[in-house]
Amino acid sequence: MRTKWKIFGGLAVVMLAMLVAPGAFAQEEEAAALTPADVLFTVNNTWMLVATFLVFIMHLGFACLEVGLTRAKNTVNILFKNTAIVAIGILTYAAVGFNLMYPGEFSDLLGGGVFGFAGFGVDPGADGQTIAYADGAYTYWTDFIFQAMFAATAATIISGAVAERIKLLPFLLITSVYVALVYPWLGSWKWGTGWLDAKGFYDFAGSTLVHSVGGWGALAGVIVLGPRLGKYVNGKINGISGHSMPLATIGVFLLWLGWFGFNGGSVLSADPNLVSLVFVTTTLAAAAGVVGAMISTWVIQKKPDLSMVLNGSLAGLVGITAGADSVTVMSSVIIGLVAGVLVVAAVLLIDKAKLDDPVGAISVHLVCGIWGTLAVGIFNADINVGVQALGVLAYAAVAFPAALVLFLIAKVTIGIRVSEKEEIGGLDVGEHGMEAYSGFQIFTSQ
Amino acid sequence: MKLIIAYIQPERLNAVKQALFEADVTKMSVTNALGCGAQGGFHESYRGADIEVNLLKKVRIEIAINEDFQQNAVDAIIKGAKTGSIGDGKIFVLDLADCIRIRTGELGREAVG
Repeated sequence: MRTKWKIFGGLAVVMLAMLVAPGAFAQEEEAAALTPADVLFTVNNTWMLVATFLVFIMHLGFACLEVGLTRAKNTVNILFKNTAIVAIGILTYAAVGFNLMYPGEFSDLLGGGVFGFAGFGVDPGADGQTIAYADGAYTYWTDFIFQAMFAATAATIISGAVAERIKLLPFLLITSVYVALVYPWLGSWKWGTGWLDAKGFYDFAGSTLVHSVGGWGALAGVIVLGPRLGKYVNGKINGISGHSMPLATIGVFLLWLGWFGFNGGSVLSADPNLVSLVFVTTTLAAAAGVVGAMISTWVIQKKPDLSMVLNGSLAGLVGITAGADSVTVMSSVIIGLVAGVLVVAAVLLIDKAKLDDPVGAISVHLVCGIWGTLAVGIFNADINVGVQALGVLAYAAVAFPAALVLFLIAKVTIGIRVSEKEEIGGLDVGEHGMEAYSGFQIFTSQ
Repeated sequence: MKLIIAYIQPERLNAVKQALFEADVTKMSVTNALGCGAQGGFHESYRGADIEVNLLKKVRIEIAINEDFQQNAVDAIIKGAKTGSIGDGKIFVLDLADCIRIRTGELGREAVG
């Protein structure tokens, strides 16, 4: 037996050597033809691809966070929504979204810079895969896939806010349309060099374009859907506990990890100064968000609430996302600190307004997205706060009504809310016919 | 003194508690249980294969009660738990030999309260 393996092993080594050897020789010939620009192109592109999969992992973060902060009987439904919306988001981005967001040329509609469409499907064109595409920063494909990850995150923000009572099909339809059409179209106004970009509006990595757009969708959903059963009873606000704080924490740290790519990749190159600065501002804002939320929850709620602190780190991250590359390190700490306090206040006030948001999506993404957008104007003298505010309002004026319309259409046609029996029994059994924790006796009568 | 044991659907618990509260019955003990009766399980599936789910989640309520409250309590439970469909549950009424309040050592009717 041993000799047989020795022979096979030997044969394998010889075959491997035969495969590698010619390649090694070819390498030497090609190495001579590489210019420094080529090398930089590869370095830039590689970083952008790393950033891409870092943003990708945020979807696991969202899934874990949402699962952790909701009840066990709805876990399959939440995981399903998070998985499906990523897939749908990326596919629609390939079909229409990328070319809506980066139309290249705008139509003259409404004065120009408002709407443009570069055609269906993805096509690298003549120089898409060469160094000429983006001045050696990345290829067309990298550009597409990096941006596609962002699109999917905007859609997934909604899923947490409408969790535990929305029917699966209308949710998928609504968010598909929202991520396929609304998100990229609005994104073209700034990143696609549309009219807001021309006005000097600044949004480095998407506090407005991604987070507030998702947040407006979440708010619309929460309003149209109504609160969960038993949440607001006789004027009293009842807490509905999440079933897994460990999962929620895992989720938040995955999101924080992903943010290195979310912000770091938004530099759109591997520029050492900018990327390293962004890493620092991003992380310090997150840390300050934790501290801001920790102090707030400890003072207001008497005992520090973990879920608030977790939301605090996300608040800081969302807050710095608009200006991670253009504010000082000290400013990023202040931005994060304020975001941490804001998110705690927002969670409490939104609950007081009888708007049921199980995971705090509106507080984290909408409220802190707006804060982050304005903060860039406040902390960077070259950026006009007025223009930032204009941008916030412009997005609000379109994203919120658009989401409202989508939810209302679904409500009057196919209905968006599960039946009372299903809501109490759990959406896992009701929508999916299966359990998340089969074999565990997780009981709930609420 | 009687001991009422009621098995109800979990989703009816809040309604039953509310009905009991309105009938002036506020002391009870609630546990989770698995059970089956005429309901016959429901259908689950996993990766293409069907799963028979026979033991369903139930909620068991125990109430120690003096006779004069007994009918009110039973009516309240029925009022809260009844939906008309199979699986509404069952109520058992047992005789209770004694009842002791641990904190004060009270016995019998005073302990039941």
